[in-house]
Amino acid sequence: MGELRLMKGNEAIGEAAIRAGVDAYFGYPITPQSEVIEYLMAEKPHERTGMVVLQAESEVASINMVYGAAATGKKVMTSSSSPGVSLMMEGVSYIAGAELPCVLVNVVRGGPGLGTIQPSQADYFQATKGGGHGDYRMIVLAPASVQEMSDFIKLAFELAFRYRNPAMILSDGVIGQMMEKVVLFDPIPRWTEEEIIKMSPWATTGKPLNRERNIITSLDLQPHVQEQRNIRLQNKYATIQEKEVRCEKIACDDAEYLIVAYGSSARIAQKALDIARAQGIRLGLLRAITLWPFPTKQIRELLGHVKGILTVELSSGQMVEDVRLAVEGRVNVEFYGRMGGMIYTPEEILGVLKAKIIGE
Amino acid sequence: MAKVRGAIVIDIEKCKGCEVCIEACPTEVIGLASQVNSKGYRYTYMKNPEACTGCTNCAIVCPDGVITVYRMKVESETVK
Amino acid sequence: MAEIRLEDIIRPENLVYKKTPLMTDNILSYCPGCGHGTAHRLIMEVVEELGFQEKTIGICPVGCSVLAYDFMNIDMQQAAHGRAPALATGIKRTWPGRIVFTYQGDGDLAAIGTAETIHVCNRGENLTMIFINNGIYGMTGGQMAPTTLEGMKSSTSPYGRDVHMMGYPLKMTEVVATLPGTYFVTRQAVHTPAAVRKAKKAIRIAFENQRDNKGGVSFVEIVSNCNSGWKMRPVDANHWMEQNMFPFFPLGDMKVDGKIVK
Repeated sequence: MGELRLMKGNEAIGEAAIRAGVDAYFGYPITPQSEVIEYLMAEKPHERTGMVVLQAESEVASINMVYGAAATGKKVMTSSSSPGVSLMMEGVSYIAGAELPCVLVNVVRGGPGLGTIQPSQADYFQATKGGGHGDYRMIVLAPASVQEMSDFIKLAFELAFRYRNPAMILSDGVIGQMMEKVVLFDPIPRWTEEEIIKMSPWATTGKPLNRERNIITSLDLQPHVQEQRNIRLQNKYATIQEKEVRCEKIACDDAEYLIVAYGSSARIAQKALDIARAQGIRLGLLRAITLWPFPTKQIRELLGHVKGILTVELSSGQMVEDVRLAVEGRVNVEFYGRMGGMIYTPEEILGVLKAKIIGE
Repeated sequence: MAKVRGAIVIDIEKCKGCEVCIEACPTEVIGLASQVNSKGYRYTYMKNPEACTGCTNCAIVCPDGVITVYRMKVESETVK
Repeated sequence: MAEIRLEDIIRPENLVYKKTPLMTDNILSYCPGCGHGTAHRLIMEVVEELGFQEKTIGICPVGCSVLAYDFMNIDMQQAAHGRAPALATGIKRTWPGRIVFTYQGDGDLAAIGTAETIHVCNRGENLTMIFINNGIYGMTGGQMAPTTLEGMKSSTSPYGRDVHMMGYPLKMTEVVATLPGTYFVTRQAVHTPAAVRKAKKAIRIAFENQRDNKGGVSFVEIVSNCNSGWKMRPVDANHWMEQNMFPFFPLGDMKVDGKIVK
């Protein structure tokens, strides 16, 4: 059993980064996630593990510092919130195109534009459908607790390095700011330079005489070569879709009605589920943990007994489109959401479920 | 009475005929050929090879690095 | 009094200059006479002479030299437009023992990347930056650059740069020299043998400073021609550069060993 602490979600990200043997964090302040870099600076991880923490001049600079270090095989990450993540999207496309591993945390706030500092989930499209240009995907994990904010750092890096792809932890202002108990995992040491060179022979670490030079680029001006590069990426994504879906099913086995949600919405929906079950409604909750790859198969498996699905998101309805794609019209899918930083209550969700799905 | 004699070898397939070496040569050794290479560039050549002292001016200024320079000492002739 | 034949001179023992093996055998994609080729070669000569090949990582920009990695035989990274200093920071902070340099054009360093340029110099990263200034955007077809001179024509200033509408030409090198985080700041050229020799000395100092961790950025601007963008023969472009670019962008060291010298 690891160390138990009461921590803020954002702080858990910072602590987990140090424990996961991350080599560097480059970031820029933005509410509601500035605690990540503040915690890291205060912890002086350079003295703990040699981890570099640098406040960059912008989010654009941050993601490009990540690119440079990731291209050398180091474990690097950044964090931001919606408007800052938009600035990073070009960098993410480059990172995906160059097939580099890294982790990016988005503590989502209300938008669009400067929006508000309160939570929302309106960056789902940006994260899963590509906020950056081109045919790429990010592996997207959605924590719903401070515990998962910590655990997903380790998982995100494992997935990023397994597939040489950027991985995003799509959190929101609720999870980032709330305090909960977290069991912190035991620290794992940072990789040595020799380990990195061995693990990532593709990385630009300085060309020794016994190999060709390594070039990290996403550019290929000949279309037939660029097509091959894209096909390679698509094959990688197909493998990830097959092997890396994660979700949590609560009371789904006998469910007549289903809520699909993620992150803080899933926490609120879980309370709605408790109330519903106490009232005798056979409600289940499918909490998506990987938003990409999406738990399409897992949703379809429930359609034999589920009669209606309510998707709840703190947005105008983004994940609901993927739910509808999974359901293919077999069952009624409805949506309920709040925007602009407003958050629903469990009772509100239950009311909508009864009105739109159960038809009371 | 020359103390040194030089010679340059030009990779004519890589030469782009920019003529910067021609201007850089202090003894007017280099000229632009009337023939072209397979890319269609007129390449440079030693028009006056006896004047070459192997000073490497041409080679160091060449943007494409196509020039290799040789230089050897020569016995000076006594002036009669 | 035997006549000397070329075959007598062209022998391995008489070799005095050959292109460094750190330049690959690929034909350079640059226009005839372009300073990029010379600059690449000088950097690679310095890397070879200092024995740095196995620990050097270069970062190439977006611009004509986007394909620099085809020509330099070292590990290289391709950066997004303007972001090379950020990539360099990421590498140098995590591999302090490596030699890291950025290679950027005027759009990269002085337009879209201005923030990265200023801040890497402001942080005083132990890096080498090479800035190729030819007063125009070559790769995209000859548009105006931040360093395009007043009155100079380009495809987006077809009547000549009007400073009231389009702003003034920017002297980035002078700007970074004022920052305490720069250690060595100089402006050079590579169009004549004399200029090439001076430029190579400056580039060598810029790399030695990094090796010796002198504390700050070593920043070398190379004013270059762009005969295609300026629409002149290469030799004429060099003359035009001497008459027009050098008076505005004067050559020489601006900051040495952390102190302004001019």
